[in-house]
Amino acid sequence: MKLQEYTKSRHNFEECMKCTVCTAYCPVLQANPLYPGPKQAGPDGERLRLKDPYFFNQALKYCLNCKRCEVACPSGVHVADLIQSARIKYDHTPPKLRDTLLANTDFMGKMARPFAPIVNGVTGLGITKTILDATLKIDRHRTFPKYSAPGFEYWLGRHKKEQAAFPEQVAYFHGCYVNYNYPQLGKDLVKVLNALGVGVQLLEKEKCCGIALITNGMSAQARKHAEHNVAQLRQAVLDKGLKVLTTSSTCTLTMRDEYPNLLGVDNADVRESLLMATRFIFEKLEKGATLKFKADYHKKIAYHVPCHLEKLGWGIFSVKLLSMIPGVEFILLDSNCCGISGTYGFKKENYEVSQAIGAPLFAQIKSVNPDVVACDCETCKWQIEMSTGYTVMNPISILAEAIE
Amino acid sequence: MNANEFDVIIIGGGITGAGTQRDCAMRGLRTLLIERSDIATGATGRNHGLLHSGARYAVNDAESARECIEENMILRRIASHCIDETNGLFITLPEDDLAYQQTFVESCLKSGINAEIIDPDLARRLEPSVNPELIGAVKVPDGSVDPFRLCAANMLDAKLHGGQVRLHTEVTGFIKEGDTIKGVHTHNHQNGEDVDYYAPVTVNACGIWGQHIAQMAGVHVGMFPAKGALLIFAHRVNNLVINRCRKPSNADILVPGDTVCIIGTTSTRIPFEECDNVAVTPDEVTLLITEGAKLAPSLSQTRILRAYAGVRPLVSADDDPSGRNISRGIVCLDHEVRDGLKGFVTITGGKLMTYRLMAEMATDVVCRKLGVEKACETAQVPLPGSEEPSYEEVAKKIWESPTMAQKAAAARMGTRAARIRTGDRRDEALICECEEVSVGEINAAIDRLEVSTLTDLRRRTRVGMGTCQGEFCACRAAGLLAKAHGCVARERADLEDFLQERWKGNFPIGWGDTLREAEYTQWVYKHVLGL
Repeated sequence: MKLQEYTKSRHNFEECMKCTVCTAYCPVLQANPLYPGPKQAGPDGERLRLKDPYFFNQALKYCLNCKRCEVACPSGVHVADLIQSARIKYDHTPPKLRDTLLANTDFMGKMARPFAPIVNGVTGLGITKTILDATLKIDRHRTFPKYSAPGFEYWLGRHKKEQAAFPEQVAYFHGCYVNYNYPQLGKDLVKVLNALGVGVQLLEKEKCCGIALITNGMSAQARKHAEHNVAQLRQAVLDKGLKVLTTSSTCTLTMRDEYPNLLGVDNADVRESLLMATRFIFEKLEKGATLKFKADYHKKIAYHVPCHLEKLGWGIFSVKLLSMIPGVEFILLDSNCCGISGTYGFKKENYEVSQAIGAPLFAQIKSVNPDVVACDCETCKWQIEMSTGYTVMNPISILAEAIE
Repeated sequence: MNANEFDVIIIGGGITGAGTQRDCAMRGLRTLLIERSDIATGATGRNHGLLHSGARYAVNDAESARECIEENMILRRIASHCIDETNGLFITLPEDDLAYQQTFVESCLKSGINAEIIDPDLARRLEPSVNPELIGAVKVPDGSVDPFRLCAANMLDAKLHGGQVRLHTEVTGFIKEGDTIKGVHTHNHQNGEDVDYYAPVTVNACGIWGQHIAQMAGVHVGMFPAKGALLIFAHRVNNLVINRCRKPSNADILVPGDTVCIIGTTSTRIPFEECDNVAVTPDEVTLLITEGAKLAPSLSQTRILRAYAGVRPLVSADDDPSGRNISRGIVCLDHEVRDGLKGFVTITGGKLMTYRLMAEMATDVVCRKLGVEKACETAQVPLPGSEEPSYEEVAKKIWESPTMAQKAAAARMGTRAARIRTGDRRDEALICECEEVSVGEINAAIDRLEVSTLTDLRRRTRVGMGTCQGEFCACRAAGLLAKAHGCVARERADLEDFLQERWKGNFPIGWGDTLREAEYTQWVYKHVLGL
């Protein structure tokens, strides 16, 4: 049955059958009674907001934007998009200084990276955390991601020539995390792709995908990022005929879906060419390419599918790749949200909710007791490492470690 | 004095009856309102809910137009929680004659209606859903009115002034002594009791059914039943009323009302015997969608919630078979003067818009008969709930930071929202999630507004009027009613009736999402709850 045959509505809100499955799946609702839940905040509230923006409810800010409601919805309602769109359209509260700092991940990265050792030292100090907690309301339990002095872009720039020598080429959207905090993940990707005969190049100039700007109420700025990045993608995809790979599930979801759905930036001509590296690698292996794995590799890996990867429907590629590594004992963790949702969990007012949401996941990890947790999302990684003490690795890094 | 004796008995719980009771009660009379079903079950609750500026009648019926604009301005003052001051557009499409616009505006201005020709571009900006092909637009002070709320507020105010109300009670005959009506025989459909009530004056305010009541009293009032069908869309497509600037015709008004919008109407003459049982035909549905999409093209792809039809209470005045050209004028008959029957008054014709004026006219006759000289105050004194100009003000005064449901309650109840019990999370729990109606609001309605069935409750609170059409709220509300009335068996039967009634409105437009939803509702009630 073609659901849209008779009805068209913004983010499909009229398709809602009120079945309330989204509410049952919402991780926030169970932990925070102030949140009205996805059904009320989304399709139900939309009808009232259409009557008068006065009915907009500030409590919509408690939405994690994890998109689990959309995965659960049997009617194709873009519940989280409705909620985020309403925030964009109706919430005109100016963002706090803290939110501006947290949201501008690439600006902060640029400023901090040259002084990485000092910044890392200072942000790691108990006194700094206490001050941040008291002044900016960034929760004291949180550990800031460490900055890395030479960025990934710099590193790949130095290997430009050898990468260009590979017969097949892809572009890599590395995102803020790989460039400023953890270039090793980018290097791991280059290693795996090179092993498959694929060379890696950068986009001419990428900007932060902008998800933190969207969720922190800076949509105008986010739209500028989106327009810039889509132009960059067009250059790579349309002019050079490249696929653009990513290693972060949230950047991918943002650029594929949030750009057109929340920011109104059309990406239809490049959307299908932007994929998670895991999908690209899996499809290559399916077509007969091979990777040479180490003979003595042994690891017990518990894999957590990040919410945004679940929304993309691409968790399966990481699952397949990790479980094909000889010597890996693979455990797929139950579908749960870790509770961090990017900058959300860093805010003092959300800390307890954030930890309550993640509790079932943390408990399962502890009972499984793996050698390492695998996950395609950097903020899930921080949350799980902080909350369980287990190391979290991107599936790409595990692949890189497992091949010769 | 006998408890069944009053100064005036008003038959009919529509807006005319409720308004007349309020006026009589405010002038110090002991009043009784008798209604065979619930308030607003006839034409009162079966129209657009358009707060007419009068512009629609300006060209053909200057008197009605003048009455409309005067009452329009009065209702803004006295019924703020029942109306939405949206403004309206009269648009000219390429197939319409633009010359009519000039005649239209001149007629409006003559009747005192502030009609302003605006640039089509401005019209498109003011109302993004409007047909972009429009070639002309006139802005008028139209709005929307919630007839159920307005009717309930009038009834409540009558009660606050000592009036009594008997709903679900049918007049079965008159107590007549010679040439004088002394009272009425009644039968209560819910408890089966037959009771006689006495009063020196009885007012027939039964709309189209007034013909039947008059006949029972022994006089003739010839009504002209004309059916009008309407469709309710599941959300507001437009925020301004959209009309066609041409001679009034089918499906040429789109009214935004509360969380929905309504397109209508058609006009078909029907025999009087069919008044109790009107249904919407497939042809009417097609016509409404086709013509509606000319006002706002997106209607053709908007989910439809329900179809319904009402019967206009027009008094036949000429032989025009369509019923369009009959005056919407008010007819107030003192049967003593007209027919030599003492103690009997009929108030009919008119419109929802002019109910207050009709009530004033009827009450004047009643007071003259009773020798009461108090002046009418209904144009000045706000209805209970309307003491504040807007729901923002209401909510601000009651709650520090109102939730969405509290804001919605303030919009529905006005200042009476202060009566909702809060503090207990059970009171704040939602019964109706589509329209955001809380347990506290339902209980406030049960306490004060004469609720015996779920359908009664729906008219007073919007429970079951949202997208799900009772799928989730009906059983919850039934629980509260069962508790209030202390009877589970009766409530179970009521729940079945309610769902049947919801389906009746879904049936003519039973496709797409509405059908999916109805089917889901059936699973829930039949297969899960075993109803």
